[in-house]
Parts: sequence; structure tokens; C-alpha cells
Amino acid sequence: MKLAILGAGAVGQSVADLAGEYGHEVVAISDSSGAAVDPDGIDVERTLERKAGGDPVGTDGVDDVFESDYDVLVEATPTTLGDAEPGFTHVERALEDDRHVVLANKGPVAERYDELRALEADSRGSVRFEATVGGAIPVLSTIEDATPQAVTAVRGVLNGTANFILTRMAAEGLDYEHVLAEAQDLGVAEADPTFDVDGTDAALKFVILANVLADGGFSLSDATVEGIQDIPGSALDLAAEDGRTIRLIGEATRESVRVSPRLVPENGALAVTGTRNIVQIETRHAGSLASSGRGAGGPETATAVLSDVGRLPEL
Amino acid sequence: MVDDPEQTVGESAESDENEPETDGGVRAYTVRLELVDEPGELLRALDPISNNGGNLLSIHHERGNKTPRGHIPVEVDLESPPDRLDDIVGALRDAGVNVIQAGADHYGEEISVVLVGQLVRNDLSNTLSRIETEVGAAVRDLSLTAPDGTEAISSARVRLAVDSGRSEEALETIRTIGSDKDLTVVEPLLGGETA
Repeated sequence: MKLAILGAGAVGQSVADLAGEYGHEVVAISDSSGAAVDPDGIDVERTLERKAGGDPVGTDGVDDVFESDYDVLVEATPTTLGDAEPGFTHVERALEDDRHVVLANKGPVAERYDELRALEADSRGSVRFEATVGGAIPVLSTIEDATPQAVTAVRGVLNGTANFILTRMAAEGLDYEHVLAEAQDLGVAEADPTFDVDGTDAALKFVILANVLADGGFSLSDATVEGIQDIPGSALDLAAEDGRTIRLIGEATRESVRVSPRLVPENGALAVTGTRNIVQIETRHAGSLASSGRGAGGPETATAVLSDVGRLPEL
Repeated sequence: MVDDPEQTVGESAESDENEPETDGGVRAYTVRLELVDEPGELLRALDPISNNGGNLLSIHHERGNKTPRGHIPVEVDLESPPDRLDDIVGALRDAGVNVIQAGADHYGEEISVVLVGQLVRNDLSNTLSRIETEVGAAVRDLSLTAPDGTEAISSARVRLAVDSGRSEEALETIRTIGSDKDLTVVEPLLGGETA
């Protein structure tokens, strides 16, 4: 397949870097200041070097990307809330041109799922978005295999930053502010960690899951969200006395989406440590399925994008 | 608590010789248990009753009838002084027997929650009594830590007994009480295989 990649952050760059290994070709890549387009395939290494040197990836514009001869648009621009722009318009444009779309950007599938599916229905292209939920962990493809109707609920930990902070607080008996500062020093938490610690990032992923289970109808405003900012070290100590710990747990069903700090058994499956993520899929016929792994990171998330590309039918 | 020269609080039935005395009437109670389907379980469940001054009246044990969790429900009728019943239930629990109901009290499920906030300033005992009356739960146990003093943010773990199948409802009410009193409520995760 010929890929056009929008967004040259950690994920976009990794997709470009790994595409060859998966047997695909990159014909266009863009960042916020320009684009590189080449019908014969761009020189990924040289393009990324340019980017690393602080230059735009190329001298073309975003319109040139859409006019190129691509099969799959990889939407890897930063997630935006509300109208999910400009990601949504990118997806719309590709589908109207009867191309496939693979999303790493959570905005359009969390905030405008129903519109997205309507556009897909009128297009010869299809939309896939494994990378939006749980990074490298195969979540949506597992649900797809089990069929969404046979899945009753999905629970789990889908934010590595919050999980890292809670793990360190429990292990070191430190308070939230201390551990947050440490996480920022380590690069685990961003300078502005708001969306990670207030539950928004995890909520977006569980909203996407609820949309898959219920075939639409959810956006971020439908989710009940509490973060971990108000959890003191003493609460984790009390939980530990009882053989439990506290994790930022999300739950998605066909009826609701909720993300909040919850008591879970200390040695239970959901009490993953550090930046690890886990999802547990409750099924009607096969009990509970769990898989854990890296929920973020450039190459990790890129593998999910490229698995999606591999599942697309030829146009 | 009725005066009892033979036994002090907390010292429940250490030996058979030390038969507890009763002073003033016995009553009949029905205790409902759930037993694991293994040999010797029934006998193990009956020992704590007689050891604590309970007089067995009848045992209703239907081996073929199982609960959804695969346990065998057993109904035991016994006589005991009213102030002994708690000791009997406690000894049964200590022996690892699942007590579903004793006397008029249902003990279907136990849930723990952690409350965080200005617990002391916001009248902790009022919070607990609201939980008992509005949720219809019995507070079994409370641990409070206030590392920065009682005027600062503190945390409490509360273990509650609620009726079977009412945990979700109970948690919803606790959430409401929490938001009334400006407390963060950390709930347990119910449902699923790891809950």
C-alpha cells in the first residue's frame, strides 16, 4: 500500500520508519510547516534527518499530500477535542476521495464517531483506528474478532503516566506532587500533564471503546471522569493494608463510560506497574480476556497503525 | 452488653472446657451459611457454634442445591443468648465460613471504600452514620490516617457489609454522600474476574 502520513511527531515518524518492513511505501509525509511528496516513494531517512535538523519535512503543502497517489491516509496529527479539527477534515477529505484512513489521532473517533462512520459508508475506503486505544496492545482487533455484540464491557488502565505516578506513590510512600515532578524529570509525564492525570486521555480511549461496542453515540462529554490529582499517599497506604492498591481504571459498556481511581487487588491483573497498560475484555462466551503492554510510544503505536494498514482491503 | 463473668470482650471461645455461662434467656436464630463443596466442611462450620455457647436446633443442608458461585447453602437454627450471637458469627468468620445472614441482619457482600478529604473537619462520625442509614450498610471496620494532622487532608478505609446484589446501589449512595461532604471516594472495582 502507498501511505500518506499526516503528522510527523513520534508516531508519524515511526510509521514512516517502519513502513518498509511491513511492505508498504511512503509517498507523502507532512508536519505542521510543510510536506514531502514523491510518487516513487519519499526517502524516509533523509526526510526524517531534515526534520531532526529543525527544518520542515519538505517544501510541498498539505494539499499536495491529498493530491498524491496514495492508498491509505495515516492521520497522526495531535489529538484535539470538541470538533476534532483539523484531523476530522483530513479524514473527510480522504474518504471523499475513496481512500482508506488509519487514525492514530483519537479526536475524530472519540468526538465525532457517528459522522465518521457516515462518511465511511459513502466511501469505497474504510476507517481503522487500532492505534488510538492502548498503543501496541491489540484491543480493537480483539473486539472485532470476538464481535462487538459479544463483548459486554472493557475495563483497564489506558494511561501510562497516571499509572506510573500511582505505582511510585504506593512504592515510595510519596505524595502526588513529588512523584509528578519525578515523572516529568524522567520524561514519563509531559510539562503539562493535565490530560493524563485528570483522566481525559484515558476517557477518550474508553469513549472510543464504547463507540465500538454500541456502534456509536458517545463523545467525551458522555463520560464520567475523575482524575488522580486528589489521591494522597496515605490513601494508597490504607489500600495496601487491605491487600489492594489504587489505579486509574476506565470502564466502557454499551451504556456508559467511566474513568476514576479505583481500589483493585494489589496482585490482580489490573494492578499493572509503571507505564504499562492493560485492557480486560469481558465477553459473553469466552469469559474475560486480558492483554497488557506498552500503551504509548512512537514505534509501539506505529506497529498498531501498520497492523491496521495490513488489514485493509485493496481499493 | 449483658454482664458476663466468664468471658471478656474479644476473647471468643478458646476451649471447650470453658463453657460460657448464660444469664437471662436464650433466643432462637437462623444463621445462613454458604459452604464450599468439600468433605468435612459442614462439621467445620458447626464447631464454632457449639464452642461459643450456641445450641443447635436443626440443620437444613441440601447438597444438590448450589448457589451461583457453586457453594452449598446451609440453614442452621440455633438457640443462644442474644449477646452471644455476634461471637458465634465472628467465630464462624474466623474459621473461614461464609455467613450470609444471622438473625435479622443480612451480610451479603462486603465492600471497602477509601475516603479522602477533610474527613475530621467534615465530621467523620456523621459521614459514617449517613453511610449506615442512607446506604443501609453496616460499618465493619474503619482505618484512618492523617499524616499531616487532623486539620489536613486525611484518608480513611471503610469496610462495609451490604445486602447481596446491592453493592452498586450502595456505592452510588456513597458517591452522593462524598460529593455532599466534598470528599473523594475511591470505590472498589466490582464485576469482572479480578474484582
